[in-house]
Amino acid sequence: MAREQLKDRSQELSLFRTRAWLAFAVSLVLSGVLLARYFELQIVEHETYRTRSEDNRIQIQALPPTRGLIFDRRGVPLAENRAIYELSLVPEHIDDLDALLTELSLLVELDADIVDDYERNKKNRRRPFDGVTLKSMLSEREVALLAVNRHRLPGVAVNSTMVRRYPFGELFAHALGSVRRINEQDEKRLDRTLYAGTRFVGKRGAEKFYESSLLGEPGYQQVEIDAHGRIRKVLDVEPARVGQNITLQLDSRLQIAASAALGDRRGAVVAIDPNSGGILALVSQPGYDPNLFVTGISQDRYRGLADSRDTPLFNRAVNGQYAPGSTFKPVVGLAGVSQGAITWDEIVEDNGFFQLPGQERVYRDWSWTRNNAGGQGKVDLTRAIYRSSNIYFYDLATRMDPFSIASFARQFGLGSRTAIDVADASAGLVPDPTWKRGAKGEIWYPGDSVNYGIGQGDLLVTPLQLATMTAIIARRGQPVQPRLLLASDEPLEEFRPAPSPAPILGPSADDWERMVDAMEAVVHRNVRGYRQNGTAWAYIGRDISYRMAGKSGTAQVVEIRQGEEYNEEELDEYRRKHAWFVAFAPADKPLLALAVLVENGGGGSSVAAPVAREIMDAYLLPQLASLGRAP
Amino acid sequence: MSGSDFVRSLPTHESPTRQRVANLPFDPILLTLLLTVMSFGLIVLYSAADQQTSAVVNQALRLGLGLVLMLALAQLPPRLYLRWTPLGYAAGVVLLVLVLWVGVTVKGSQRWLEIPGLIRFQPSELMKLAVPLMVAWYFHDRALPPKLSDVFVALGLIAVPALLIIQQPDLGTGLLVAAAGIIVVLLAGLPWRYLAVALGSACALAPLAWFYALQDYQKRRIRTLFDPESDPLGAGWNIRQSTTAIGSGGLDGKGLFQGTQSHLDFLPESRTDFIIAVIGEELGFGGVLLLLLLYLVIVARCVHTATLARESFERLICGALTFTFFVYVFVNVAMVSGMLPVVGVPLPLISYGGTSAITLLIGFGLIMSVYLSVHGNRRW
Repeated sequence: MAREQLKDRSQELSLFRTRAWLAFAVSLVLSGVLLARYFELQIVEHETYRTRSEDNRIQIQALPPTRGLIFDRRGVPLAENRAIYELSLVPEHIDDLDALLTELSLLVELDADIVDDYERNKKNRRRPFDGVTLKSMLSEREVALLAVNRHRLPGVAVNSTMVRRYPFGELFAHALGSVRRINEQDEKRLDRTLYAGTRFVGKRGAEKFYESSLLGEPGYQQVEIDAHGRIRKVLDVEPARVGQNITLQLDSRLQIAASAALGDRRGAVVAIDPNSGGILALVSQPGYDPNLFVTGISQDRYRGLADSRDTPLFNRAVNGQYAPGSTFKPVVGLAGVSQGAITWDEIVEDNGFFQLPGQERVYRDWSWTRNNAGGQGKVDLTRAIYRSSNIYFYDLATRMDPFSIASFARQFGLGSRTAIDVADASAGLVPDPTWKRGAKGEIWYPGDSVNYGIGQGDLLVTPLQLATMTAIIARRGQPVQPRLLLASDEPLEEFRPAPSPAPILGPSADDWERMVDAMEAVVHRNVRGYRQNGTAWAYIGRDISYRMAGKSGTAQVVEIRQGEEYNEEELDEYRRKHAWFVAFAPADKPLLALAVLVENGGGGSSVAAPVAREIMDAYLLPQLASLGRAP
Repeated sequence: MSGSDFVRSLPTHESPTRQRVANLPFDPILLTLLLTVMSFGLIVLYSAADQQTSAVVNQALRLGLGLVLMLALAQLPPRLYLRWTPLGYAAGVVLLVLVLWVGVTVKGSQRWLEIPGLIRFQPSELMKLAVPLMVAWYFHDRALPPKLSDVFVALGLIAVPALLIIQQPDLGTGLLVAAAGIIVVLLAGLPWRYLAVALGSACALAPLAWFYALQDYQKRRIRTLFDPESDPLGAGWNIRQSTTAIGSGGLDGKGLFQGTQSHLDFLPESRTDFIIAVIGEELGFGGVLLLLLLYLVIVARCVHTATLARESFERLICGALTFTFFVYVFVNVAMVSGMLPVVGVPLPLISYGGTSAITLLIGFGLIMSVYLSVHGNRRW
């Protein structure tokens, strides 16, 4: 208490009061500073922060359109959509991927390479907090298990999406193409607005050609999201416009028949309705299951398909370019008679071999044998067709100007793309001296004309082109533009037929009929005597109940394709000739024209003709039967 | 004590109503102000808790408990606190040392003492009260303004617990505890020249602290303050979202329960330390202004009480607790708006959580105790 004596109480009190009110004044100033800060945030920069808050909360999300369906001419769905469940991970929410995967593997079947795929997908451009697909096609059981365990699996999302399904799998792979996941190259090319929210784009076939119509237009929804990206409220919706449903000319029954007729051989079939140009069947074998590309194909599996010697990913029907062989002879014959190089009745002596004047080289007939006993004997154009005389056409072609053969052939759609809506069809090649000088830097030798006459040499056609050529012959020179589209909800902007080409110049009506007769003889001529029957009669003509016109062909395979290994065992098979058969029927009122290719199949008549017959039967017999029943 | 007897014997000219009010066992004006702030807080909390009543009920119960403690403690005379202060302070320091040995670690720092199954508390919370009381105790019978040696003793009394708390590590609480003690020194009449020297040396030492004393996470928070965009998803996230919430509120706010930042979970800690952002977003500048005014009126009321006190101990604890309260307000409001680094300071009487509210209300209990002895209406 001694110290207390020293205290000056009133002075202490006034000192304290000064200090206290001073401190209060400081508090007022500090409060002023706080208010100034809040004034700055809330009044001065209000707009900035209001915008920032709206950006936080409001998100514009694309609503991907439902892709249009594809039907065959009978209304059978060839491409449809179905809902699948996908498991995706949000990398931003995952701390320990390995632990999470261990956890997940108890609930979901996970392949070994799934992590690699995930890591690869993760590197693709994506927005932060967007999920990366880990596994698509979850089973219902897996979806249920994940739903139950969701709370302890942060960063794991299960989404339902619509994906393409091709119910026929491999059967229509080449005709339809397929949709595939949009990759980085696609992203550069595709319109971002149009593809917002869409993860697939049509690749190849009808899916590619009619992409923009099938796609539809995306809609948008304005949603309120929370900090975890979950949608709390939908504020505004602009619905997507669904893609167009498309009906194709394809006939799934005929497609099945064509595929079955080819069996497990490599080859292609294109069948056209000569009256409309509609492509009723377009088969290329081997094929692949397009569904694999929808849900994601493993790297190994893809390499297996891409590197296979049988090239299942290659569309032989529209991209396979082969020498037409003897199937080209009707065109040369018609060119010859219409241009006056020969008459129907003019006889050429066929001894089984042909030599150009003053040249050593011997061109042989297919029937030539070692002792020069071959040859078809006296041959006119009709016989030259049904016996497929090479010598006749060597002779005829060398009499003609190669330009005139080429320009005549081009009227049949050879050397160009005449199909209206077949994506990426190859143009083939109809050579002439100008082309040869440009492409090979060589002049046109008479030997080139010799080869031209029998459809060999530089001439290249696709099965689609040969089917078109056959349809034009079936129509007696009336041109036809092959097409896949039969009908659609609305006119499709992609479907732009060129103006109908003019009828084929040159042959008279009589010429056409005689050529059709000659081609009928290929199938039906059955006359006793040495080398009297049509070349295909023995194989398909014995028991045929309708009139079929046809022509066989054999295309030489001169080289092994680049990049392939020399393989002794397989060499023979892959060097064998390709077998062709083109046909239409009924001959007087054609309902179907087709081209059949059997790669390395050997003889056209023996190998390809039965395939053509089987397809023709499958298509015509039911129709003819119902016609026959009709009064 | 003779002075107080003199005042008490003065004839009163007050009306009967005023006399009745004056005889109440608490400060009615302060209690009204506190109840107003707490009600305001509960309404905002109801919104911040997405309109769950359970959080509001919990908080109301804690505040109720705090109010009961406050009113009970107000009934004890200040001299009792004067007597027990050294013991309380010593106990607090011992507990802080104990924390170093047997403390429970939560989120990387050892702040808690636990008697399992019974109680878990932070001794640092106790020191928020014990340190200013101890400094006031030290000064209560010394001549003021303090001599330099007394100032150093007082600083020592402050430094020991403050450093122990910073050691945990809890820099924020340590600095606040130190601030509470220093406020006492300032109110006691620290000569300005000493203050000038202290501030000068503090500025000089600040860079040393940056390089030697601060932990990485503390440095990061300070850096974030100056450049919130430097780490938009990490440390900067809180500040970015809170300033967005506040700024988007504008003058009159988005309306109660309408705050998108808080209800869509963009605003972290919206019920606790960042609740002022909810007020800013939903009630706007007007809401913030109103709340700050309420706080200032509370401070003014308590300062008024302090200036009436006759004993320097009473004055000092009353003033110190008052301005400590304001410091909490300032630090929290400044931190949420991005003016100060993020430290764990709740908004007084508003933020969800019991510890801080109860400590504050105990402090107000002491202030009311001073009030009651000033007005002589203690029942015994």
